[in-house]
Amino acid sequence: KQKYIHRWTTLPRRLCSCLQYILLLIRGCHTTAIFSPQSLSLSAYSSSGLTGFWIEEAIIKKKTEELGAGSLPLVDPGVYNYQEQDLNERLKRLYPAVNEEETPLPRSWSPKDKYSYIGLSQNNLRVHYKGHGKNHKDAASVRATHPIPAACGIYYFEVKIVSKGRDGYMGIGLSAQGVNMNRLPGWDKHSYGYHGDDGHSFCSSGTGHPYGPTFTTGDVIGCCVNLINNTCFYTKNGISLGVAFTDLPPNLYPTVGLQTPGEIVDANFGQQPFVFDIEDYMSEWRAKIHGMIARFPIGDRLGEWQAVLQNMVSSYLVHHGYCATATSFARATQTMIQEDQTSIKNRQRIQKLVLAGRVGEAIEATQQLYPGLLERNPNLLFVLKCRQFVEMVNGTDSEVRCLAIRSPKSQDSYPGSPNLSPRHGASNPHLHTGGTESPTCSNGVTPLKSKNRSSIKYPSASSSASSSTSSSPSSINYSESNSSDSTKSQPRSANSTQETSDSEMEIEAEHYSNGVVDGSSARIMNGTYKHEEILQPDDNSVGNGVLDEECSNGRQLCGGNQAATERMIQFGRELQALNEQLCREYGKNAAHKKMLQDAFSLLAYSDPWNCPVGQQLDPTQRESLCSALNSAILESQNLPKHPPLMLALGQATACVQLMARVRSGSCSFARVDNFLH
Amino acid sequence: MACLLEAPLRISVLSEVTATSRHYVDRLFDPDPQKVLQGVIDMKNAVIGNNKQKANLIVLGAVPRLLYLLQQSSSGLDLRTECAVVLGSLAMGTENNIKSLVDCHIIPALLQGLLSPELIFIEACLRCLRTVFISPVTPVQLLYTDPTVIPHLMSLLSSSQKTQEYITQIFSHCCKTSDHQTVLFNHSAVQHIAPLLISPSYKVRMQALKCFSVLAYENTQVSMTLVNVLVDGEPLSQVFVRMMQRDQPVEMQLTAAKCLTFMCRAGAIQTEESCIVLKTLPCLVRMCSKDHLLEERVDGAETLAYLIEPDVELQRIASTTDHLVAMLADYFKYPSSVSAITDIKRLDHDLKHAHELRQAAFKLYASLGSNDEDIRKKITDTENMMDRIVSGLSESSIKVRLAAVRCLHSLSRSVQQLRTSFHDHAVWKPLMKLLQNAPDDVLIMASSTLCNLLLEFSPSKEPILESGVIELLCSLTQSDSPALRINGIWALMNMAFQADQKVKVEIVGCLGTEQLFRLLSDPDNSVLMKTLGLLRNLLSTRPHIDQIMSSHGKQIMQAVTLILEAEQSIEVKEQTLCILANIADGNTAKDLIMTNDDMLQKIKYYMSHSSVKLQLAATFCISNLIWNEEDGSQERQDKLRELGFVDVLHKLSQASDPNLSDRAKTAMQQYLA
Repeated sequence: KQKYIHRWTTLPRRLCSCLQYILLLIRGCHTTAIFSPQSLSLSAYSSSGLTGFWIEEAIIKKKTEELGAGSLPLVDPGVYNYQEQDLNERLKRLYPAVNEEETPLPRSWSPKDKYSYIGLSQNNLRVHYKGHGKNHKDAASVRATHPIPAACGIYYFEVKIVSKGRDGYMGIGLSAQGVNMNRLPGWDKHSYGYHGDDGHSFCSSGTGHPYGPTFTTGDVIGCCVNLINNTCFYTKNGISLGVAFTDLPPNLYPTVGLQTPGEIVDANFGQQPFVFDIEDYMSEWRAKIHGMIARFPIGDRLGEWQAVLQNMVSSYLVHHGYCATATSFARATQTMIQEDQTSIKNRQRIQKLVLAGRVGEAIEATQQLYPGLLERNPNLLFVLKCRQFVEMVNGTDSEVRCLAIRSPKSQDSYPGSPNLSPRHGASNPHLHTGGTESPTCSNGVTPLKSKNRSSIKYPSASSSASSSTSSSPSSINYSESNSSDSTKSQPRSANSTQETSDSEMEIEAEHYSNGVVDGSSARIMNGTYKHEEILQPDDNSVGNGVLDEECSNGRQLCGGNQAATERMIQFGRELQALNEQLCREYGKNAAHKKMLQDAFSLLAYSDPWNCPVGQQLDPTQRESLCSALNSAILESQNLPKHPPLMLALGQATACVQLMARVRSGSCSFARVDNFLH
Repeated sequence: MACLLEAPLRISVLSEVTATSRHYVDRLFDPDPQKVLQGVIDMKNAVIGNNKQKANLIVLGAVPRLLYLLQQSSSGLDLRTECAVVLGSLAMGTENNIKSLVDCHIIPALLQGLLSPELIFIEACLRCLRTVFISPVTPVQLLYTDPTVIPHLMSLLSSSQKTQEYITQIFSHCCKTSDHQTVLFNHSAVQHIAPLLISPSYKVRMQALKCFSVLAYENTQVSMTLVNVLVDGEPLSQVFVRMMQRDQPVEMQLTAAKCLTFMCRAGAIQTEESCIVLKTLPCLVRMCSKDHLLEERVDGAETLAYLIEPDVELQRIASTTDHLVAMLADYFKYPSSVSAITDIKRLDHDLKHAHELRQAAFKLYASLGSNDEDIRKKITDTENMMDRIVSGLSESSIKVRLAAVRCLHSLSRSVQQLRTSFHDHAVWKPLMKLLQNAPDDVLIMASSTLCNLLLEFSPSKEPILESGVIELLCSLTQSDSPALRINGIWALMNMAFQADQKVKVEIVGCLGTEQLFRLLSDPDNSVLMKTLGLLRNLLSTRPHIDQIMSSHGKQIMQAVTLILEAEQSIEVKEQTLCILANIADGNTAKDLIMTNDDMLQKIKYYMSHSSVKLQLAATFCISNLIWNEEDGSQERQDKLRELGFVDVLHKLSQASDPNLSDRAKTAMQQYLA
């Protein structure tokens, strides 16, 4: 026992690459740190370079998820969390075309963009007047935090009159940035307002026009900006009052102005359901714009259009390798296919392999069928290998699968359907075969248990009667890591001093975690351990039927096979080496770095499928890689990289995004996905 | 058969009939049924979209033969179905075609065909029936003559989408009266049609919706049932609200809004409910906007007028919604000057709808302005509004004239408008013109408006008087229509209020005491009330009282006695006692009461009546009689004391009602002085 501990503490001194970290993480040391972040200050890691960085990221991700706060810091998350969530959902539903990273939506009044006579409260949603209110010179306004994005198409907010105060000189409307705040909305250029005392509308002028009824305490006034035709109308208690302003300029802010003491108004930017049925109004415009698109004249070129459409469909089918469909489509429409059958079928085969998660085989097949292709595209190769690593974790890549599964037949159990999700099909046989390996346990959870044991509680496992029979898997691991350490440390040591100090930081960190292990070997308090503890009583107390169910849900690293895990670790090292090689040849590549980090991060969690980076394991993630490889092959054959259909789609999407940027509000209702059913 | 008998017509047209048409008919008589079938199919292909061919075939007698084949059970299903299809095609032609078909008794034949077990044949029959019934020339009653037809149609509603579409369409066109509504309702139309509102077929949903709109119109029983109907777990009103969503076809929005409007007017939905205030009303206002077809705008405005007519709150909301008042001004701009220049077709279209638009706008203005003074002001402030009404009053279309006068009537309820815009635009002139030889409904509205124009503060009163209105009004009081009688007498009453002696004499002279008595025994209580009001107004200021009483005193006293002795309401008797009080205020007229002991006893009786109102009026009368400063007051006081009035007055001075005791005390003081 002492010997192993010694190795734990001494080995890291020679470790300097991430891979060693991964190894440790698998063994559950660092998981302690990750699962109890409070015991480790983040700053301790912040200077630890690459490896420290990605752990730190994992921690931050985890932390933020635990908080569930998203990216926006809140003043009082406890009270407004629910409302905030409500608001986000409503805004997303009302303005799906708005990209809030580019153009944030107004969510409250701005504490900075207001006159001093204005007081804000209730999360900057309530406005009250705190001036003298002697005459119009005491008028005061406040703008919302952001202007109305054009991509809203139709924008709406409501203001409830909490109190009309002394005279009820309240104005609700819009103004551009920079308009004098010592005024009511509507009095100045680029300022528009509807006033409660006389019901007049003010369009950049000190004199109003009769517009609607007056409004007072208890009324809810809504203001709707139509960014398609640049008009504005108001509502009173849910009733539309008709157009108030036309030819509005862009980038207007929701604005309210007050003028006499006691006036209080509350804004609703979507925090609450609106009194006016704005979604109904939007639906009318959506129907209008869809009708406009549907009726768009294509003139006399109807015949040409048909040929174009047929070509698009045909090329799309060919591109994705739907060979038989493409052939029959070509026959039916009497069009030509440019590519020959075998080429299509080859591509189809490779794609099927990628989509089934058998990336290693896909790489092999590509190298065989298109020699030189991946050599010319080292980046693609790297991405593929990264994915291969992820698939190894998933237990789907053939390199780990053949280790884990005894019957080779199951390798062919993946039909080529691109949408097939191979994950569950893969994990079930593993569990059962793994189970039979261990003589002591007869249920499917065993592999997980033994794995956990070997990784966490290894010291005690050696004395346990139920430990694995054949050989101690961990010792194999160790010898392997040892050897790799020595090989790895050589090139590393040639690196800069900066890196050396980095590795020293790592060692320190490890010491710490090791100390935890050491100090309380019997009761290690980390997540993985707990996980096992939770599982264990299930093992004993629950009947077989439940256990079967459980094992079908349980997914394990590399399919739970030890040899496969080792192969994965080995592969990870190769991958790391490849990355370094690429860095040397082509310079640093941030995307690659991130990709590698994400892939390795999977190992930091006891259940990689349910962790912040677990998304990678989703079979749908294979699709983009699959199409990238497909495109590369097509390109090498001097065929178009993307099918024209996708180009057209991309063009349309880009056009709609461009419309948002050039402030054409109709983009909101011309979204491409509305037309994809 | 009927259509074959019109020989002269037939011959004249026959000469034009081509040989091919005759060939088609001849083939229907072929002995080989297979050839007949082919003949019918060829005929079907020949008549599609060819009105001339259709007319030819009808003239050549194809219809009776087709009907014969259709009814013959020996004919195969194919043949019978094809016959029904051809007949349906013939019905698609001109109205004359429909008439000929109906004359050939196509409807009973087709209704008989619905009893067939074959769906395809039933559908063909229904399609033809639908085409026939939606024509305005077909008598609706034909659907209801055989009482088994409606239940059978109801049972067919579950057969297919086509039967659903055709049957609901037939119902919605054939439900014209409350009797029809009742027939359909009693055959569970609501339960049968409600599920169709969520049919996957738009046509079925639409026709079902139309059915509900005609069923619910002014029908409380249907409307009350509708609110409790659930369609797929959802209340019907919510289904209608969903159909009013803005992305739905306009026709559907409008019809759903009609359904809710009718349900609301029938009292099944409260006017303040959100489905009315926030959905139906805004939807109808939207229909009035320029974006919609002229027909839709007419329909929208008329429905909205109907919805808001009785409810001032809805009127207020509508008046502020989407600039409705200004939006309606646009209804008067058809045909527009642009359409006249650019496009003959559009001009024609505009002209056809111009009257409809104008009358709809007037109707809606009338509803909007019927209660709220601010809205009336908003309406009269709309561009050229009064001019439009004035010219509307003399338009050729009776519908527009009626709507314009309704609008004017609504606006005439405003004191301010009577004093200003009504006078400025001399609206009385076209109004007076309208009153000559107008149909009753126009006359009712016009005379009602006139009543308001004759109010004493109206500056139009003078010129109207000078235009010889009295004779006209007196003739109205002789009308059979109670509404006209009441308007006539009401106008006279208003006119007599604080009027010159000359006017009063003219009124009495023109009306004649005979007519006056006839009105005093009018079966309509409100006519009686206004007549008494007229008498009261006539008998005001002392010289007028004396003059009128000297000439008509006997009759008037008789009438008063008659009313006081009859079984009449408190209000009527109060008016009558007030008249007596007025008479008692005259100089010479007093004697008519003082010499009538019977009358004095009656007054005494009413002074002790259980109704304070009557006590007050009677006391007022006595008070006038014993008033000090007048000639002969001493004798009257003495006589009344003898009759025991002082005791009565004394008792009344202790009355709990302050008005009454005051009045009695004042009267008592006359004795003390």
